[in-house]
Amino acid sequence: MAELLTVHDPRGYPPRVVGKRLAQRPESLDGKALYLVDCLFDNSENFMRELADWFGKNLPSIRTRLIQPRQSWVDDADMRAKVAREGDGAILGVGL
Amino acid sequence: MLLEEAGIPSVAVHTDVFAGVARATATANGIPRTRQAFVPQPVVDLSRAELRAYIEGNDPTSGRPFMREVIEALTCPLDADDLTGLSFDRSTPRLLAPDGEANLQRLFIENHWTDYLPIVLPTEERVAAMLKGTSHPPDEIVGRMRPTSFREFWEYTVEKVAVNAVMAGARPEYFPVILALAASGSTAKSSSTTSMTNMAVVNGPIRHEIGMNCGIGALGPYNHANVTIGRAYALLSQNLQGGSVPGETYMGTLGNGLAYSACFAENEEKSPWEPLHVEKGLPAGESAVSVFFGLRYVHEGYGPRETWQEKMRRCLSSGAHFPPLLVMDPIVARLFVERGMTTKERLIDWCAANARLPAREYWDDQWVQTLLRPLAVAGVEPYASRLKAAPDEIVQMFEPKEINLVVAGGGAQGAWKMFGARYERTISIDAWR
Repeated sequence: MAELLTVHDPRGYPPRVVGKRLAQRPESLDGKALYLVDCLFDNSENFMRELADWFGKNLPSIRTRLIQPRQSWVDDADMRAKVAREGDGAILGVGL
Repeated sequence: MLLEEAGIPSVAVHTDVFAGVARATATANGIPRTRQAFVPQPVVDLSRAELRAYIEGNDPTSGRPFMREVIEALTCPLDADDLTGLSFDRSTPRLLAPDGEANLQRLFIENHWTDYLPIVLPTEERVAAMLKGTSHPPDEIVGRMRPTSFREFWEYTVEKVAVNAVMAGARPEYFPVILALAASGSTAKSSSTTSMTNMAVVNGPIRHEIGMNCGIGALGPYNHANVTIGRAYALLSQNLQGGSVPGETYMGTLGNGLAYSACFAENEEKSPWEPLHVEKGLPAGESAVSVFFGLRYVHEGYGPRETWQEKMRRCLSSGAHFPPLLVMDPIVARLFVERGMTTKERLIDWCAANARLPAREYWDDQWVQTLLRPLAVAGVEPYASRLKAAPDEIVQMFEPKEINLVVAGGGAQGAWKMFGARYERTISIDAWR
């Protein structure tokens, strides 16, 4: 029988995962302001412009607004506050 | 996710190849049911018409119309799980269940805890021996690390670093170097799609104390300390940050062979210039390790020969858009001194002045568009000036402070290499003895 070895676990210590709540959803987006957040990846601005165009043609009652953070990969608290203050929903992309 | 917390219904759009990463990240952030929708990969380089086809097509992960997924994500009522989210502990044990050597080797491979080469199993005795290489207590927190900026930080102790040092085959006398690398907080297992990894350059008396190689073959697998310190840095990066698993915590599309081990010592004795750690503000008598991030490209050359300036200009402006780390054999360094480069700064300034591209080429790059253009638009210099340049106007690619120069090698050939590698920081090794 092979000798039994006791070895260490090589992994670090992960943080405790604290659950976060999703926001309540409206029944409809009619008349609402929807922010299209361009995450600044290459060509994501064009994707968001096409998305705005799609809403304009297919769901014109939804008011879309394009917005960009100051930098890619970095949380822009000012932009987030603006969306929270003036928006009713957000589509973020095209990100990883 | 932060918008949801602020009460704004949100949906994140990703390309389908990132579905695993996106979902794992959402779970790790305590919002596993965050709304996501997917379009095919790639988005880069597509025309507006092709992007429109994505929008009017199906989500490749669900097979349902993409826009239906988006609208439902923003309007469908939440259920009980959505409202409570998910909280849980993910603590890792100190020790694994006892088993035979073959089974444990297999377990480490199956759990993605190795680099798929055999490891030294971290038994209690071996880890205890490694811990004798430092005066720091086993439970001291060394630092924290993560594979990318959108993942959560994991934390680690001196003992956890010792476990990975044992696995790499390192000796206790190397342990202060490995602790310093861990303390850098800079991961050698970045999940970037650009397949980046890190390189470590050791300076000071410890190079000789532990027998590191700064001569012939310094950058290769020809020295126990160089190789096992580099391997320990790679292993600790993946295991202490929460993994480096393709599709989950690693997305480097091509991968990078330097991620196995990339560590060497500067040949200070044969260099005509100031050692790297002194340049970075540490005393010459102190031992230190400097970390470079990227290793996205490698060029090489010889000389400096008659046409060295043309050769160097081509390498510097090769389009890789990552600042160069030049590693030169002492022969090359001496010949540069004979050409007037009596300090590192002179050669670095020449490199900065000659790394140039037409603005059109400079900006036509995915890395530059994604990471530097937003800074330019926000008015941050020098990027803002580069963005103002006319398409055919020549712009400088790097600032002198971004370029680094190290002397290594054994004088067997007047060779140099240029790595695309960004300087991160220099950490005292003596502080970890």
